Amino acid sequence: MEHKRLTLFAGHYGSGKTNIAVNYALWLRKTGDPVSIADLDIVNPYFRTKDSEEMLRNAGIGLICSEYAGTNLDAPAMPPEVYGLLENRELLGVMDIGGDDRGALALGRYAPAILEENDYEMLFVINSARPLTRNAADTLEVKQEIETACHLPFTAIVNNTNLGTHTTAEDVLRSMDYAKAVSEACGLPIKMHCCDARLYADLQGKAEPLFPLTLQRYYYHIQSEVSPWQN
Amino acid sequence: MQEKVLMKGNEAIAEAAILAGCRHYFGYPITPQTEVAAYMAKKMPKIGGVFLQAESEIAAINMVYGVASTGKRAMTSSSSPGIALKCEGISYLAGADLPALIVNVQRGGPGLGGIQPSQSDYFLATRGPGHGDFHVIVLAPASVQEMADMTQLGFGLADKYRTPVMLLADGTMGQMMEPVVLPEPQEIAVEKPWAACGTKMEREHNIVNSLYLSPSELERTNLERFERYAQIERDEVRWEEYCMEDAEICIVSCGITARISRNAIVEARKRGIKVGMLRPITLWPFPKAALAAAAEKVKSFISVELNMGQMKEDVELAIRCKRPVHLCSRVGGMIPSPEEILAKIEEVAKEGGC
Repeated sequence: MEHKRLTLFAGHYGSGKTNIAVNYALWLRKTGDPVSIADLDIVNPYFRTKDSEEMLRNAGIGLICSEYAGTNLDAPAMPPEVYGLLENRELLGVMDIGGDDRGALALGRYAPAILEENDYEMLFVINSARPLTRNAADTLEVKQEIETACHLPFTAIVNNTNLGTHTTAEDVLRSMDYAKAVSEACGLPIKMHCCDARLYADLQGKAEPLFPLTLQRYYYHIQSEVSPWQN
Repeated sequence: MQEKVLMKGNEAIAEAAILAGCRHYFGYPITPQTEVAAYMAKKMPKIGGVFLQAESEIAAINMVYGVASTGKRAMTSSSSPGIALKCEGISYLAGADLPALIVNVQRGGPGLGGIQPSQSDYFLATRGPGHGDFHVIVLAPASVQEMADMTQLGFGLADKYRTPVMLLADGTMGQMMEPVVLPEPQEIAVEKPWAACGTKMEREHNIVNSLYLSPSELERTNLERFERYAQIERDEVRWEEYCMEDAEICIVSCGITARISRNAIVEARKRGIKVGMLRPITLWPFPKAALAAAAEKVKSFISVELNMGQMKEDVELAIRCKRPVHLCSRVGGMIPSPEEILAKIEEVAKEGGC
């Protein structure tokens, strides 16, 4: 799979951008080039790139995030190091953009520099299991809102249709038509289909290119489920 | 039955409320519940409903009072500091016997506290959130599915007993994503002859009010309300038991910590410790009888919560202090790992808890 110097992940709130961005940075790091990941999410206070800090550090990946991420201060501040990532062209950069148009607004100030360098992929993460992006028409409405907010057009689509840990291979296969419909309606190619790493073997050869994801550690605490109440 | 979708807890509350026929949402943004308001802002205008971001939490709860007076389903949502502000209005709702749903996605306190998850509003919710002698029904979901289901349950109970209902979640529950089967659209099942919705010149005016000039009249309304509370305590207690058949230690935990406790119980059982869990689902009414029955069988209890032991007091009351009740908790926005809870279980087991 090809990559550009900068890879940006944007999309509907809860479409899976942060998890993909972290996994993508780990994948890029295997090329041997220096990689940094920037958390530009100013709308979501929970489940941030920062949760993977230790794992990223061990993998030799730079983490750029607000010094307030993961703390009790809900300050929508951008870290100054983002400019360093844009200027240092020796570095591969992954940018995790906040959800929806509200989250993408923060990207606007960097858009001119990104467009000027013109070595980037702006990826639209989609998940048909999310209630507000169930079909192509609703999904494209979100795409339009994000592009209007951040002044950076998308270059490709990332299909991340999933139901969390409950996702089956069939769920991913069923989403192929949806991803194709979105792709055809907006004329953008599908860069990859994401899947939980445990489904990789089942899906190999059936959804290409296929990109396996491992869940961030933070989620494991709360994975156990309760049975519905009976009384 | 509807298909599974992937939703945040906060979104599931909003969608389930709409499916319950709620067309009036009043709120004010606060982390970590803002997605409820954001979802309503997007969806309500499309279905002819009202989303209104009020000038404050106090304004929002009083708007709920206004709509509830007309017999329509109304709700508000907030997080701990915002709920504290709403308490005056909740007391007025209770005093006027109005049904309403109040969602509290708790965060750490006291004061402005923090934005990370907490269960530190347990006392606030279960002791009657506001001035005066009253209760609200308190529901404690532990999954995104339950966030949706209990939103509908909450509206139903509120109508049936003419009382405010509080859905008591925490920041993690609000923010986490899980697959959920959204409930079927719900109809309002009860008549509301008391509603101030126009006389059509066919009846006397209905007056919705919580002010009584005569003390004896006010006493009568209090006593009548507590008769309804007795009925709620008899008919609406909900809880879940897990691995309790042979348990010698009983964990009591609700919401997010019940899930983490479950992981710890599975691990402890592998190590030969007979531990189970009683998960209160209604926090008021509290499952007193179920706990009293458990106290006949187990040697000790561990209350696992995200506060300094508020629910522990209810456990001690329910079992009349018949067995020791230990506390395992984290506060300030921290949540315990399954390993921390397991360590507590092992410590209690070693002390002779089983």
